[in-house]
Amino acid sequence: MENPIQTDFIRWIVFLPLLGAMVNGLLGAKIQKSLGKGAIGVIACAPVIVAFALAVYAFFILKGLAPEQRFLIDNLYRWIDLGSLRVDMAFLVDPLSSVMILVVTGIGGLIHIYATGYMHDDKAFWRFFAYLNLFTAAMLTLVLGDSLLLLFVGWEGVGLCSYALIGFWYHDHANARAGNKAFIVNRVGDFGFVLGMFLLFWSLDAQGHGSLTIREMAKWAPSIKDSLIWGWPVVTVATLFLFVGATGKSAQIPLFVWLPDAMAGPTPVSALIHAATMVTAGVYMTARMNVFFSMAPATLHLIAWIGVATAIVAATIALTQNDIKKVLAYSTVSQLGYMFIGVGVGGYAAAVFHLMTHAFFKACLFLGAGSVIHAMHHEQDMRKMGGLKKWMPITFATFFISVLAIAGFPPFAGFFSKDEILWLAFTSEHGNKAVWFLALCGAGMTAFYMFRQLFMTFYGECRADHHTQEHLHESPPVMTMPLVLLAIGAVFAGLIGLPGVLGGSQFAHWLEPVIHAHGESHASHALEWGLMAVSVAVASFGVFIAFLMYRRQSLSPDTFVNLAGGLPYRLFDRKWYFVEIYQAVFVNGTLLLARFWSAFDAYIVDGIVNGVATLTRFVAWFNGLFDTYIIDGLVNGLSNVTYWLGNRFRRLQTGNINGYLYGIIIAMAVAVFVKVRYWS
Amino acid sequence: MSPNELSSYLTIGAILFALGLFTVLTRRNAISVLMGVELILNSANVNYVAFSHFSSGNSAGQIYAIFVIMLAAAEAAVGLAIVLAIFKLFHTIDVEAAETMRD
Repeated sequence: MENPIQTDFIRWIVFLPLLGAMVNGLLGAKIQKSLGKGAIGVIACAPVIVAFALAVYAFFILKGLAPEQRFLIDNLYRWIDLGSLRVDMAFLVDPLSSVMILVVTGIGGLIHIYATGYMHDDKAFWRFFAYLNLFTAAMLTLVLGDSLLLLFVGWEGVGLCSYALIGFWYHDHANARAGNKAFIVNRVGDFGFVLGMFLLFWSLDAQGHGSLTIREMAKWAPSIKDSLIWGWPVVTVATLFLFVGATGKSAQIPLFVWLPDAMAGPTPVSALIHAATMVTAGVYMTARMNVFFSMAPATLHLIAWIGVATAIVAATIALTQNDIKKVLAYSTVSQLGYMFIGVGVGGYAAAVFHLMTHAFFKACLFLGAGSVIHAMHHEQDMRKMGGLKKWMPITFATFFISVLAIAGFPPFAGFFSKDEILWLAFTSEHGNKAVWFLALCGAGMTAFYMFRQLFMTFYGECRADHHTQEHLHESPPVMTMPLVLLAIGAVFAGLIGLPGVLGGSQFAHWLEPVIHAHGESHASHALEWGLMAVSVAVASFGVFIAFLMYRRQSLSPDTFVNLAGGLPYRLFDRKWYFVEIYQAVFVNGTLLLARFWSAFDAYIVDGIVNGVATLTRFVAWFNGLFDTYIIDGLVNGLSNVTYWLGNRFRRLQTGNINGYLYGIIIAMAVAVFVKVRYWS
Repeated sequence: MSPNELSSYLTIGAILFALGLFTVLTRRNAISVLMGVELILNSANVNYVAFSHFSSGNSAGQIYAIFVIMLAAAEAAVGLAIVLAIFKLFHTIDVEAAETMRD
């Protein structure tokens, strides 16, 4: 690997949004009062747009270089220098992170602009944008971090901002709880990430190559090929731990439960964090660490199956949801599952490609949903919508395009990216037909639930109440403009990653310097065309069913509800009882543990304390006795002896003067006698 | 003061310590008091790391700083538990409410 080229502008891609966050966070309340919300909006949007310009600049610098030289580094200072651990505070732009920063700043910038319209009536406007900018800075740290440790800083940062933004409307207790849930579930994953990081450093260090700089780690990865821990290959264990981290951030089974709840946040947040950027962190991390993952086929196998399971489970749940944002949330979980299928079959580039196209159309869908919610006065139930295309033509058109994209119809973006994953699942050496088939079923369901949503929201009769209908309106241009731009992306973004038969993926080629393994397969062109046709046919079938059910209404949804005694429907509707199971096992388990410790506290600890107190009281009582009988006894004894003696001696005090005189004279006589007889 | 001088780090440490002490002494909110304690601990950390870098010639100070961070986490857990208990008892986390011992 070539030495990266030194630059000093990359830091500003991170620092500008951070600066925006600091200005709005520390002075926002005053700025909003004196200069108005417009100023806040400019302070928030400008840094992200400038960062986007810098990202584009970095991209073109990279493009002008030979492929193996495409590394720009901005080294600020040595961060940690301790024993064999040396970590630089350094940001790296390579082909992979260049894609990510374009997505984060580009789509993030559009969402910032959109949010100035969406959040306009909110009192805490400045607080919202401070968080949003801080999030952008953290996400950029995550993707630009040159070392695993700096990546982790961003990783935690996005988690924190996600928590703050989910609970943004914290006056409603449910929102605050959703924020807590996201934070705590993510913490479980972060724990895995940290362990994986420690393990890799530890094993590399044992070979004399201890480092947390990702390029260095990748370079020395082969040296730990044979290292073992507890009888397992270190790489397998470490990548499993890292993958646990990825399941947390990227909402995979078993840690996906927080993402649907995260919809409690404002809709731009759902679009930016819980669809386009933060949830892709896990995918990005696995792609970044691809050298290690490729060394652990067992982990890859597990990842593929977790991906499939998540894609299917989330898609089935999405079939039954009625909340416009919940459908999109589960669809996000499902699409992230596809990305992990891509990773699991060795197609890291395909996964990152799907990540990028998904960012476009999912952000567009969420913002479209936000536009609808905005128009419907914060009504999110699709059963109370319908016929909205009459009032909201731009929202409808962009939403429609994005639905086509996510459902996987050519030539929209989602088709190419999803098809590449399916293709690799079918043909690559890590893939297999079962994964492919299940993923295909999931694609059919995706088409169904997305068109169901489209029909329920935009077609048919309007089911809103009279008052809401009167106020229906298209959103202001500040909101529709980002929608249009994102929709354009949803149409054309796929063209940079064409399948092999249509000229091959430029995107995978671009990522080649970072992602060496890209699951190349040499199957026939006929097969490739055939598989494409199959996936389009399956998607069309899904659309057809949705059309019959929700547009033509010639097929009642009840047919499916009552299928097999209604068991599947109940399973899907209750989200496979994941929440209930977690509630029973982990929440109640924790509470049980808490009660146990509470009882421990009440009986054992308090028992000890009370025991000590009782003992002290006993000692005090004994002491009291001692005091009463021994000390007092002594004192009283002395006085008694004196009394007794006094009683004896009082006989001498007769009061008889003569007696006294006798005494005096006898004493005198004795004294004189003694004096004369012995001393003279 | 340049970033390569011990005194600049010690100044930062002193400022942090003063801020922490000020917080602990003036705040009546128990959580703020805890935050002040954290500041004081971190001022000690800054000194540890600075001395380790400039004077001692070994890494012991940095390791100590990590220990302090870990202890601070434990301290925060215990501290927050106490705050919770105080809240349960007095329905406020004003530290001056918990002065019933002297009565």
